[in-house]
Amino acid sequence: MTDMDTQIPQTDAVPAAPSRLQRAWDSDFLYAFRRSPVAMVAMLTVTLMVLAALLSPLIAPHNPFDPATLNLMNGFTPPMTENQFTGQSFFLGTDDQGRDVFSTILYGLRISLFVGFAAVLLAMVLGVTLGLLAGYLGGWTETVIMRAADVQLTFPAILVAMLIFGIAKGITPPEYRNEVAIWVLILAIGLSDWVQFARVVRGATLVEKNREYVQAAKLIGRRPGAIMLRHILPNVLNPVLVIATISLALAIIAEATLSFLGVGAPPTQPSLGTLIRIGQGFLFSGEWWILLFPALTLLTLALSVNLLGDWLRDALNPRLK
Amino acid sequence: MSTPVLSVRDLVVEIPTRRGVLRPVDQVSWDIAAGEILGVVGESGAGKSMTGNAVIGLLDPPARITGGQILLSGQRIDDLPRDRLRKLRGNKIGMIFQDPLTSLNPLLTIGDQLTETILEHLDVSPTEARKRAIAALDEVGIPAAAQRIGSYPFEFSGGMRQRVVIALALCAEPDLVIADEPTTALDVSVQAQIVALLKRLCRDRGVAVMLVTHDMGVIAEAADRVAVMYAGRLAEIGPVREVLTAPRHPYTEGLMASTPLASQGRARLRQIPGAMPRLEALPEGCAFHPRCPYAQEKCRHAPGPDIASCDGHAACWFPLTNAAPLQEAGA
Amino acid sequence: MSALISVRNLTRVFDVSKPWLNRVIERLPRALLTAVSDVSFEVEERSVYALVGESGSGKSTIGKIVVGLVPPSEGTVEVRGVDLSNSADRQAIAAVRADIQMIFQDPFASLNPRWRVRDIIEEPVSVLGGDTTGLAEKLLEQVGLSASDVGKFPHEFSGGQRQRICIARALASEPKVIVCDEPTSALDVSVQAQVLNLMSDLREEYGLTYLFISHDLTVVQHMADVIGVLYLGRLVEEAPRDTLFETPKHPYTQMLFEAAPRMDGFGRDIDVPQGEIPDAINPPPGCAFHPRCPIAVGRCREERPEMRKIGRTRVACHLAE
Repeated sequence: MTDMDTQIPQTDAVPAAPSRLQRAWDSDFLYAFRRSPVAMVAMLTVTLMVLAALLSPLIAPHNPFDPATLNLMNGFTPPMTENQFTGQSFFLGTDDQGRDVFSTILYGLRISLFVGFAAVLLAMVLGVTLGLLAGYLGGWTETVIMRAADVQLTFPAILVAMLIFGIAKGITPPEYRNEVAIWVLILAIGLSDWVQFARVVRGATLVEKNREYVQAAKLIGRRPGAIMLRHILPNVLNPVLVIATISLALAIIAEATLSFLGVGAPPTQPSLGTLIRIGQGFLFSGEWWILLFPALTLLTLALSVNLLGDWLRDALNPRLK
Repeated sequence: MSTPVLSVRDLVVEIPTRRGVLRPVDQVSWDIAAGEILGVVGESGAGKSMTGNAVIGLLDPPARITGGQILLSGQRIDDLPRDRLRKLRGNKIGMIFQDPLTSLNPLLTIGDQLTETILEHLDVSPTEARKRAIAALDEVGIPAAAQRIGSYPFEFSGGMRQRVVIALALCAEPDLVIADEPTTALDVSVQAQIVALLKRLCRDRGVAVMLVTHDMGVIAEAADRVAVMYAGRLAEIGPVREVLTAPRHPYTEGLMASTPLASQGRARLRQIPGAMPRLEALPEGCAFHPRCPYAQEKCRHAPGPDIASCDGHAACWFPLTNAAPLQEAGA
Repeated sequence: MSALISVRNLTRVFDVSKPWLNRVIERLPRALLTAVSDVSFEVEERSVYALVGESGSGKSTIGKIVVGLVPPSEGTVEVRGVDLSNSADRQAIAAVRADIQMIFQDPFASLNPRWRVRDIIEEPVSVLGGDTTGLAEKLLEQVGLSASDVGKFPHEFSGGQRQRICIARALASEPKVIVCDEPTSALDVSVQAQVLNLMSDLREEYGLTYLFISHDLTVVQHMADVIGVLYLGRLVEEAPRDTLFETPKHPYTQMLFEAAPRMDGFGRDIDVPQGEIPDAINPPPGCAFHPRCPIAVGRCREERPEMRKIGRTRVACHLAE
């Protein structure tokens, strides 16, 4: 019917179509990744730590929180030396109760990562949803949400988390407190962090909602919910990924801070922060390894995640291309 | 013949990418004499803006000039160190960009921007600079210039802002003005005003103008000569009446024929099949041959024709010679 | 043939006042922008009605009102006899809404960058629960693209190709009317020719009616059957194409024709239009064009001219004949 001929080949030879994996590997994003040593090292570190945390029951020499495996005589053994009483040697030494520090780090890493990821997930879901609603619906919805965000920002996140934690502690009966602690921790950190997601998503939504493809969707009769979820959301997620990564580092540190202060993970399920708190007491009496190794682990983890997030932000920024 | 104000000779601009080196400007040559307006026309991606940026030294790295020369009044400027080039800009070369909204600093009054430019390039006192600024605004048709000199850009309409931009480009008395799509963002009536203003000012002051646009109508009315660009290369160059009514390059012919005006009364417009090739996928031989209705064997294989080795007007191995190609069948 | 679209006394006012607090502090009045003022016209079935004007003319707003994206402040829009904004019969409204589609100006913003072409084209039908098998492929072929392009993303196509995808999407629900808002303004000349030819062919084949909005007189001269000229939200002249271009009656139309660049106007020194488009918030009294009109008289300043019929033209000018 129409003599459209946009299929005129631009070159004579047509190369074989590359496979999807090939195309992904070749994409600008992964290319930038491959060229950045910082990104690759950071990614590697984070991956190793996540794996270590996931596989901790298999890797750890023993479960440090199972009293049956403990031998008090093993206590205070320096790293890689033989214990004078039992003859056992431990990779990173033992703490005051004879727990293998390496094992406690692995289990602590687990808690730290779990809380970190879960809290960021909560903040992300909450923040993105509220941001979408505020940006798209405008009016009173937007005013209420954004002012709530503003108010929350006037408080330091840690204080907000402590507040939530304190309230939860007050409501929960004492016998359940230790079990619930982790969940409350996730809730506290998550709730203290949603604002930045909401703000960024709201801004991006304001831009997207005026674009013609949204108008096209409106005119065929799609409901606001469907438009927000299926049209706008995929287009505002780019910055969210970057923020989430950096938030993860911050959440891990926030959790460590809370645990260090004694209002976080309980000693029965210690995170890296709790271990640091425990170890701190022994630093000046000579048993430096109980503090140092958990601290180094936390440092490496937070740094790697942070560097990864930084790199991601630059890689995904279209203007820097 | 006096020295042309601008002389571009075999200019090549390259951009290294990880997929190879691209040439958005490939062997472009032209001269612009004082008081002459050269229209540079082409579709998106043809390289016309890039050429303008190369001349004024505002190429975004990694794009860089890798060949050819640019001479301003006989002096080479493409190999100048950055600070010398910076002094040249604004003083000898003025630039008018497409979007008047972003061309002006929103935080400074137009008076401040004008006097700043004048003081930077001309050796005058601040009071004298201000007088000249008011005179410049007057000349471009801003009503009540002496009062409005203290206004901010947002207080002006689009057309007025573009006039301020023209005033800014001309206030340091340049020899060459590069106008990159100066009227594209404006309404038809405002466009007419701006084009008339540009023509008048440049004739009066003897300024050479390089007018980059995709609008053939503006070219017809404003330009003295026109250069047609395609895929980074110069396809055709010549006096505007000649090129537009009797084009020699099949691309120019196709372009003219596909404008709605040329197909008056007919149900369908003549169209050029396909699309301009991307720089990464230029065809072998002549860049236009896949879309050319007159392509022959030589066009498919012989490395790109250039104007110098062809008839001096069109970069085509078999330039059109009949005077009325637009009447050909092809609807 | 009957009028498919009937617009009567259409008015649309936007409240662009600053927020209440600002107005109180700065003592500003309310700012009401009259984008469309008492516009009436009819579009015959299977014809192309063009709305021509510069910025502030209200042509885009009228397009959006006809399509249903923006409600009118006053006046009615009837499509096939159904009053879209006031009718009580929601079924009828929904049925007629499905018959109207829109093509937008910006081919880059009209398609959701995260959706595949197949989903984009099928959306108008899938939203209503229709059968979409093979629909996208069929429509792609119709607009001159290849059926194998269904799985691709918009960024893999050029501007002209994207506009064709927009046309395919507009055709999906088999509409009767397509409102085209500057469909080729963002395209190069040669691509514009391809797209306009496509639109003409499709109109023939499907018996479509176009409401064609544009600022480009040459395009309008090629495509339109009847042309309406708008100035500051008011319809100042309406005539069949040839009549308008041969004998424009309104001074604004004449000024527009004079100012429009012509490809045979070598070195033409035109009669430059005077002044600029006035502020739509405070339009001039009487005839909106009088401050710039070369033949304005006292009456023009006091009395807003009504549309009157002169031959085949309708014109709103006290002095036209």
